[in-house]
Amino acid sequence: MGKFRLGRSENVYAWLFLAPALTLLAIFMVYPILWSLWMSFQTGKGVNTQFGGLANIYRLTQDPVFLRALTNTLIFLIIQVPIMIVLAILAAVALNDPKLRGRAFFRTAIFLPCVTSLVAYSVLFKSMFATDGVVNDTLMWLHIISSPIPWLAQPFWAKCLIIIAITWRWTGYNMIFFLAALQNIDRSIYEAARIDGVPAWARFVYLTVPMLKPVILFTTVISTIGTLQLFDEVNNITASGGVGGAPADSTLTLSLYIYNLTFRFMPSLGYAATVSYVIVVLVALLTALQFFVARERK
Amino acid sequence: MMNQALPLIRRTLVYGALSLAAFLSVFPFLWMVIGATNLSADITKGRVMPGSALWTNIQNFAAQVDLPLVLWNSTWVAVVGTALTLLVSSMAGYAFEMFQSKFRERLFGSLLLMLSIPFAALMIPLFVMMSKAGLMNSYTAIIAPGVASIFIIFYFRQATKAFPGELRDAARIDGLKEWQIFWYIYMPVMRPTYAAATIIVFMANWNAYLWPLIVLQTNDMKTITLVVSSLASAYVPDFGVVMVGAIVATLPVVIVFFVLQRRFVEGLLGSVK
Repeated sequence: MGKFRLGRSENVYAWLFLAPALTLLAIFMVYPILWSLWMSFQTGKGVNTQFGGLANIYRLTQDPVFLRALTNTLIFLIIQVPIMIVLAILAAVALNDPKLRGRAFFRTAIFLPCVTSLVAYSVLFKSMFATDGVVNDTLMWLHIISSPIPWLAQPFWAKCLIIIAITWRWTGYNMIFFLAALQNIDRSIYEAARIDGVPAWARFVYLTVPMLKPVILFTTVISTIGTLQLFDEVNNITASGGVGGAPADSTLTLSLYIYNLTFRFMPSLGYAATVSYVIVVLVALLTALQFFVARERK
Repeated sequence: MMNQALPLIRRTLVYGALSLAAFLSVFPFLWMVIGATNLSADITKGRVMPGSALWTNIQNFAAQVDLPLVLWNSTWVAVVGTALTLLVSSMAGYAFEMFQSKFRERLFGSLLLMLSIPFAALMIPLFVMMSKAGLMNSYTAIIAPGVASIFIIFYFRQATKAFPGELRDAARIDGLKEWQIFWYIYMPVMRPTYAAATIIVFMANWNAYLWPLIVLQTNDMKTITLVVSSLASAYVPDFGVVMVGAIVATLPVVIVFFVLQRRFVEGLLGSVK
């Protein structure tokens, strides 16, 4: 353990270098997260609050709007994340072929969506998916549909629209991580498998996917954390008259509900903090679950 | 022969799928540019041909938005926020790697755990803190919570593993103080890492929405992201004007991306290796 032996002056310098970051993290992360835990035991509105024990947790179970926000968020998560990860892997595998022409072009094009701000792309999608808009026009022209899809007006289609939008924005971002991992894989393994007559699909399933497992885990975890906090899209694409989550709360997410509880209605901070801890618990549980699943298969 | 036909079919499928993916990825950008030349009614009717309303849209945009002020606001938040974040977080990443101790390793481990704390769980206490400190509607409130970024600390620690120890030893023998080594040797040597981190942090700051939406209350303080969002959230949005706003919001980042593309992608990747 020789590498841990430092002189005293080095130790002092280490803390001097760390001091600004650690101080800021203490003020803006550790203190708020503990404070919001304490808040979650407070009930009441505005400035009139009192200790309510587990009253907020009881209120969660009786609150149909919360349950809808929770269901919506989990639907987005369960459907969108796997679709996006699969698309990202497929794109990465296709782009990793050294014989492919136009690799740089395809990679840049597919990566491009993730340089847009969430708000800018949200307003673009809002206009593209208007009832008489370009997307419906194209689908009707291709005879895929016979009448316009009410993307923004019907709960089911509004959810689909959000899923399409997030997938557009983040697939290229995830693809980059898979591409990097693929480039680190020794090509001779594939050569050996090909010479042994292993077909392409089997090389993909038995060689590529297992080797990508750490990256799959990483991208799934960051996508899960991101999707659980979904806000910008549902407050901009499926917003009607400045109120997000439309139509009929069908795209209301937990983050948006917290925002509404704090800033749109008479603030009920304790309850909003309780809802925010639902996200904390979900992030922790799902991350642990994903690590567990990844370990099981080893 | 089957063996020759199969790769051909597969190749056609791969090129077809990639072309479709590339088209779908790029189309909204084209849509944005075309949309800026069309009137709102044509945009929502799905007109894909360029129109002649560009100047009208720009004039309407300028009538509703004080563009120089908004751009100044966004630039100020993004530039100051990025500079502070890079300085504070790179110092921490440097120290975690260069001055290792058991205690600091444990501390670093707990920082990584905190990486998964969602912002949604912080925003209410942060909002109350900023209100009590009288910092609402200020750029300090926007910038301060992000300056110590665990992600960037982690990023710099990873990159510092490649920093040659001999350089530091030589500098010490020459009598340089630790902060001088950091400032005069580490920072110049690590310029590619700083460049990549700058892109990531600048983009996050420029595009930020939820926290500025909470903090900034008056129009004279608003950033371009907030302006675009409020233009589009009218009961009957003028999409021609919205498109002009979207271009203004997107263009700086797209330019940075194309100029520094390799750095951009390298930066993103460096953080996971």
